[in-house]
Amino acid sequence: MAQFRIPGPLRRLSDGQVTVAVEASDLASAIAALDARYPGFRDRLLDENGELRQFVNVYLNDEDVRLGSGLKAKVGERDEISIVPAVAGG
Amino acid sequence: MPSKVIGLKCRECGAEYELQATHVCEMCFGPLDAVYDKAVLKKIVSRSRIEDGPKSMWRYRDMLPVEDSVAVVTLGEGLTPLVKAERLGAELGLRNLYLKNDSMNPTNSFKDRVVSVAISWARAHGFETIACASTGNLANAVAAYAARAGLECFVFIPVDLEPAKVASISVFDPNIVAVRGNYDEVNRLCSQLIESTPWAFCNINIRPFYAEGSKTLTFEVAEQLGWKLPDEIIIPIASGCQFVRHRQAVGELLDYGLVRGERVPSFTGAQALGCAPVYNAFHSDNPDRVMPVKPDTIAKSIAIGNPSDGVYVNRIARETGGTVEAVTEEEIVEAIRMLARTEGIFTETAGGVTIGVLAKLARAGRWKGDEVVVAYVTGHGLKTADVLASANGHSSRRVEIDPTMKSFREKVSI
Repeated sequence: MAQFRIPGPLRRLSDGQVTVAVEASDLASAIAALDARYPGFRDRLLDENGELRQFVNVYLNDEDVRLGSGLKAKVGERDEISIVPAVAGG
Repeated sequence: MPSKVIGLKCRECGAEYELQATHVCEMCFGPLDAVYDKAVLKKIVSRSRIEDGPKSMWRYRDMLPVEDSVAVVTLGEGLTPLVKAERLGAELGLRNLYLKNDSMNPTNSFKDRVVSVAISWARAHGFETIACASTGNLANAVAAYAARAGLECFVFIPVDLEPAKVASISVFDPNIVAVRGNYDEVNRLCSQLIESTPWAFCNINIRPFYAEGSKTLTFEVAEQLGWKLPDEIIIPIASGCQFVRHRQAVGELLDYGLVRGERVPSFTGAQALGCAPVYNAFHSDNPDRVMPVKPDTIAKSIAIGNPSDGVYVNRIARETGGTVEAVTEEEIVEAIRMLARTEGIFTETAGGVTIGVLAKLARAGRWKGDEVVVAYVTGHGLKTADVLASANGHSSRRVEIDPTMKSFREKVSI
């Protein structure tokens, strides 16, 4: 199963769990599975149009999903999905 | 005196937090900003109080998030020259062009401003180790100021940083972690590390304080213009963090009556085309969605592919009648040479981006000629001197001669 890495600010939603395993084929279904187990994640990660929120960065095996297929990115059995709050700069 | 910094507030949803080392809103992930007690500040801030202050950026201490009782960590940063650029202005058809030469700071970039505030805050709040993710200039400043403060220091840099920057960081003897990745990857790693280290990452968990130091650059410009605001400011864009603070600084100058009833300057951003996510968004159908890019430019100090404040840059540029423009690698090098040739100022590639954008906009007829335009030159040329060598850096006016009068007469036309 693919593993989500949950950042500190969102661990209240995941009962303090740092990693959460989900069954999914792509990123959109992974987020749906995460939200089904711990309700609230969907609203925190996606906006009203179902797109990733501006200030949320999601990395699939260390690659920013916005540089690839976004929510349609394929998710494999051993993949790690990291959620990182917006980062600062320079 | 009552406390002037009263908390942190989310720029997006307005959620409020106590003063602490954190930078992200738990509700919406928006950025947190320091909140001041403006009623207190309105009573105490004045031109004369500033003019009587130290000859450094700490003359604006009232507007910085460091309490009066805190001993600041300073190397005399700020109050850098604002020079009228007559010769560059003549080439570009601008009669009131000014350059804010922030390469004159202690570690030769504007980063000394933000780091002086960040480390002062961190030391006063019990942190023993200072860290940062950096494209070079920030690491340079952090290493120097940590040495000055006697604090442990960890800097995280991309493994391919310019040799001159690595040397000027190493001399201060920090722990250097060279990460096999680009800046955005370094930054992500550090964003994850804040949960497992008790460190103050200048640009991450203490960013609300760090970022405030940027404002002093614009405060100084206003003071150096005789307490007036320019018509337009050209600012290089990396994360967009300082761009946002300069807009905020103008608001504070007006709120505290330091400048009077003037219109807000146009804010214009400068990027390298090799890393132009903000420029791309500004000229797209949806400027509020900044899509990340993989940077590929010689302007490494501003090569941030996933700029945290990109959306705010576009909003501010639009609202103030500014724009966001970008230049090619060749234009960057040409601009470095033009600035050196006309004004005697040697800037790094990021400064080449700023001057390149200034030149591009001027030649495209953006200004009539009498506007007061200020370009922020944020880092010194010796930091990236290698780009001149690789781009045929030897002067075409160089000759080599024997040490004889005959050889001189033969080879040199006078």
